[in-house]
Amino acid sequence: MQAVKFIAASGGLGGGKIDGAAFGEAMKLQPDFVASDAGTTDAGPYSLGSGRPAYPRESVMRDLALILPAARRAGIPVIIGSAGTAGLDSQVDWLLDIARDIANDNGLKVRTAVIHSEQNKDYIRGLYRANKLRALDPAPHFDEEVLDRSSHIVGMMGVEPLQQALKNGAELILAGRCSDAALYAALPIMKGIPPSLAWHAGKIVECGALCCEVSGKGSIFGSVSQNDILIRPFGKNLRCTTQSVAAHTLYENGDPFLHVEASGTMDLTRSVFEQVDDVSVRVTGSEFIPAETYTIKLEGAEQVGYQSIIIGGVRDPLIISQLDSWIDGVRKKILASVTDVFGGKIPATAFRLDFHIYGKNAVMGALEPNTDNMPHEVGIVLEVTASTQPLATKIAELSRQPLLHHPIPEWKGAITGFACLHNPAVIDRGPVYRFCLNHVALPDTPLEMFRTSFVNIG
Amino acid sequence: MPKLAELAGLIRSKNAGPFVLTFDIMFLDKNNYRTVKDSGVLSPALFAKLYRCPVENVRFYECDNALAFKFSIPRPVFQGEPGDGDLHGGQQFSPLMDILIPA
Repeated sequence: MQAVKFIAASGGLGGGKIDGAAFGEAMKLQPDFVASDAGTTDAGPYSLGSGRPAYPRESVMRDLALILPAARRAGIPVIIGSAGTAGLDSQVDWLLDIARDIANDNGLKVRTAVIHSEQNKDYIRGLYRANKLRALDPAPHFDEEVLDRSSHIVGMMGVEPLQQALKNGAELILAGRCSDAALYAALPIMKGIPPSLAWHAGKIVECGALCCEVSGKGSIFGSVSQNDILIRPFGKNLRCTTQSVAAHTLYENGDPFLHVEASGTMDLTRSVFEQVDDVSVRVTGSEFIPAETYTIKLEGAEQVGYQSIIIGGVRDPLIISQLDSWIDGVRKKILASVTDVFGGKIPATAFRLDFHIYGKNAVMGALEPNTDNMPHEVGIVLEVTASTQPLATKIAELSRQPLLHHPIPEWKGAITGFACLHNPAVIDRGPVYRFCLNHVALPDTPLEMFRTSFVNIG
Repeated sequence: MPKLAELAGLIRSKNAGPFVLTFDIMFLDKNNYRTVKDSGVLSPALFAKLYRCPVENVRFYECDNALAFKFSIPRPVFQGEPGDGDLHGGQQFSPLMDILIPA
């Protein structure tokens, strides 16, 4: 049986990391398919909650326009996963619209499979009541009230919906939330390549050139056979080494050896990495343990409220020397002011105040070991999170005076102890979200949570 | 005694999903990796002490083929929740830099 060859065009469609010339060079090796991930949770819960993609339309179009016409000319399928950052149905449709423009611009006709992955609340409620949701560790508290409050929930598909689309003649697959590695494992597994190598190959290339010694613009060519994986980068100064390829499985993963997918777990404990030439690496020995129970990872976001912030700084060494008690005093004054102005009508649960103290522990919070050495200047960001935007704005407006004038005993008379950066001092941030699920669903079949439709574009 | 940052090629932290923070200590040089590994200095107990978190929450891995060590802990504040000050988790590693390694 022949090896299956592919190009990982990019680790994130829209990130602008595809080099057109290098991609063209890789295409000369006659790959069987091209794929790219287009999403992540790393950008935070906002894209999932609000629906707004993290990259602009123009940059996603630029990247897809480098891939799609070349792949169509070669007659090979293109697989894009986690469309529009979070893989929401609306984001998949947004990418379909971009693909349609590219097809029209290039005179292409493309049979496109659109796979939606958003989950209906009643379906999730049914799983919850049937005890078919499992919390991962750690997980936020989840119950039917959280479900009712959630903005969007997506399921992360495995290889099966992609394989179904390929079997039905898809020339372009635009998938909602999808396992990154599954984009690369789907076709090789269909062709009889061992899942152990197909999945590990996907894991290596899912972030594009990040598996290189030094990352840069370019794409990764992969070839996976019955016995081994070959990884070769295409791009200026890109080089894969045994160490860089081995090390990439550490990146953004809690466990460097075991990687859980819908249909099983990659076990890379016994993987062997060999340098083939200056830039290429061969991998053998990876294993895959099929899952006893098929699981689909869920991602969900709920709106926490609305936010307004004030940014400023303190330079007075006397305030800095007693910063904790000074902030505590400011906080109490703000709370008293809210009670006073709103006549006690705003319950304490309707808003929260978070002070981020740059120079002390804003970056590391509770993990910061070095809290004793205070600098000569500190930056303060006060975040007000409230149930409505007008309320967040008003509480932030009420916070300015306490920040400016809260006294310290050393100075006799009125002080102005806080340097505001902006006028107006208050910045409205709009709705803010949190991730409300770190759970897996136990569907009856790998396909039941995903809906595929075919569209001819161009 | 050299510091860990003087022996490593890269010390980094990052989200491993929205709920876990992971720390990688990576080496370019096999000998430096061996020196650190053989010293036995890196351990869940040391990490727990540096980051003031419960030792039972700390996962520790030695990855010989990647010349790397990894620690992972649950995020003290989940990614993007009010109060989180590091959305991508990228600036949590610096307490590891000064760990002294008996050479």
